[in-house]
Amino acid sequence: MDIVEKKGKKKKVLLMGKSGSGKSSMRSIVFSNYVAKDTRRLGATIDVEHSHVKFLGNLTLNLWDCGGQDAFMENYLQHQRDHVFSNVAVLIYVFDIESREFDRDLVTYSAVARALSENSAGARIFCLIHKMDLVQAEYRQKLFEERSSLLKERSEGFDIVVFATSIWDETLYKAWANIIYTLIPNLSIIETYLRRFAEIIEAEEVVLFERTTFLVVCHVSQQGLGNPNDDRFERISNIIKTFKQSLSRFTSSPKSAPQFTEIELRAPRFSLFIDRLTSNTYILVVVKPGESDLNTAKMNVKIAREDFERLDVTGDGKKLARTRDSSSRAELEAGDDDTGREAEY
Amino acid sequence: MASLLTTPAQREQPEEHETWRNRAPAVLTLERYMQDQTDPENPNPSPKFHTGRLPNNRSGDGKPRLSGKSSISSVVFHKMPPAETLFLESTARIQKDAVHSFMDFQVWDFPGQLDFLDPAFDVDNIFGEIGALIWVIDAQDEYLDALVRLNNTILLLQQHYPSINIEVFIHKVDALSEDYKFDIQRDIVQRTQDELSDAGYENAPVSFHLTSIYDHSIFEAFSKVIQKLIPQLPTLEGLLNILCSNSGMEKAYIFDCISKIYIATDSSPVDMQSYEICSDYIDVIVDVSEIYGWDRPGRVVEEDECNDQEAESVIRLQNGMILYLKEINKYLVLICIMKEESIKKKGLIDYNCGVFQDALAQVFGLQRS
Repeated sequence: MDIVEKKGKKKKVLLMGKSGSGKSSMRSIVFSNYVAKDTRRLGATIDVEHSHVKFLGNLTLNLWDCGGQDAFMENYLQHQRDHVFSNVAVLIYVFDIESREFDRDLVTYSAVARALSENSAGARIFCLIHKMDLVQAEYRQKLFEERSSLLKERSEGFDIVVFATSIWDETLYKAWANIIYTLIPNLSIIETYLRRFAEIIEAEEVVLFERTTFLVVCHVSQQGLGNPNDDRFERISNIIKTFKQSLSRFTSSPKSAPQFTEIELRAPRFSLFIDRLTSNTYILVVVKPGESDLNTAKMNVKIAREDFERLDVTGDGKKLARTRDSSSRAELEAGDDDTGREAEY
Repeated sequence: MASLLTTPAQREQPEEHETWRNRAPAVLTLERYMQDQTDPENPNPSPKFHTGRLPNNRSGDGKPRLSGKSSISSVVFHKMPPAETLFLESTARIQKDAVHSFMDFQVWDFPGQLDFLDPAFDVDNIFGEIGALIWVIDAQDEYLDALVRLNNTILLLQQHYPSINIEVFIHKVDALSEDYKFDIQRDIVQRTQDELSDAGYENAPVSFHLTSIYDHSIFEAFSKVIQKLIPQLPTLEGLLNILCSNSGMEKAYIFDCISKIYIATDSSPVDMQSYEICSDYIDVIVDVSEIYGWDRPGRVVEEDECNDQEAESVIRLQNGMILYLKEINKYLVLICIMKEESIKKKGLIDYNCGVFQDALAQVFGLQRS
């Protein structure tokens, strides 16, 4: 595992935690399109399992799924200390909420954090308090706060972010989307670009999803429209991923296949479509109800695709000036096409 | 493939059609019974015969095995996740559950320990107005005693209420291997048929379904049960056939979107995959609509812009197939599966679906809002 190749673009992500806390289950759901109940089949991870996940913006995640049995942990912390903990971009530490010996978990966690601070001081730490579904709903928040304050004390000076997760609901996608968000190199450019695009097509909301994981990359909403569902992005990730499973059974194609090219929904209060945007992303656009709004938006997505593709694959934001032209051109064309809408522009 | 036994041929027996037609829709009541315990005084009788017992069957742990009737109705009619049915209490009295949909019907959940063959029991009151009796058999338990009770019930119904459809759910088959599943089914069917022909009933309306709450089979079985109770079924099938052939569709279903039961489909064979995908499609649409369908205050709705109040959706698959969904009214959705060429004539499909919708409104005597 040489990390130096293609430097900058390849980010090393460590996935650690006690044995049986759910690291591999989580990884298979997010990256390998498993359904939650299929993870029962997974055995214990021996030593480290490496996987490479290609992401947008020419970013490759180099995921180290570290087996959590005590013997392995000891090994990472002693003999392989430099090897494991150097050049780390992100450490994801998973805690089992049901663990009987939380104090011991904390000791191991601090040791890991210390090793990380010695070898890659610039890394970020995310702690996931996992298997939250096993806790009764009314105690979840309290328990979560209690645990996260304890964790913050023991983090060896790292500024950590804590999430409560469960593979049985959308909280998993929320946590991972947040982790990925910090890793994408040119995200701010993508975000400005997406915001401008949303303004031009007058969309209520535009969301960008990564293709294989269907994690939210970034989202833009119209000002002043308060959608009461704050967890909507991870819920959509969850809905679409589940549906992709059903589709793969229906078409008997592999789970990793893209399955669908377009979803369109026209409801009385909104119109929505999900379409391939670039080779690594899907775009979701929510517009006002009505045939013409939907079709204009669709056409604009088609036209903007090329520019997003450039942004995605090379991570290059220099062509922004040109893309602005093409977007306004798109709007013009759409306007010509649909004379009924011209008065509005 | 779950319930292979309810073949379309069986459904189309003319004399059965007559009985549905003659029955007024208002008296369509659905009931189900349970037969876990033969003797309520003695909850764990030692089996008189030995059959149907799995090697890993842990009977005798003090807790009577339940066949899963309340779990079925919770999953199908109350959208309870299957895993949560573990916490359901055993039913102590008859639970009546009204379902309001395109057709109103009641589900009566009978406690298993109730002995309705008891002379003190008001049989007429119960059986007088029901349309179908669902009998749930636990396929993971020994079932001989249950079969004896089932046969007694069938004979009683045949004598006095021959128009009631008897539906046997061979339940909890998710844990069984394919072979074992069909062995059990064959065994149960054989024993029941033997008993019936001994008593001189040749064409009793008894059907068998393999079911489990952990997959789509329970919905599929319920679909078949409900379909038999719809007097307009042949008309609906005819309409769907016309729609399919004129719009280039491969398969069309009408679903009840709350329970995800399909109430009719065209006459091409039903395969489990297409049923599953349609039912999951409804989930997606319902969930997404819930997220984005909130009431936006201050939105000025332009009259000409949204003339249709029904939701409509298209999904294009990678392999060139198209899934098309159209809301028909508050309760029903139409879902069609077609090839890519067909959707190019979107205008034709829109028009045909409009015609279909009107026809359906006439059939059910509903007013389009």
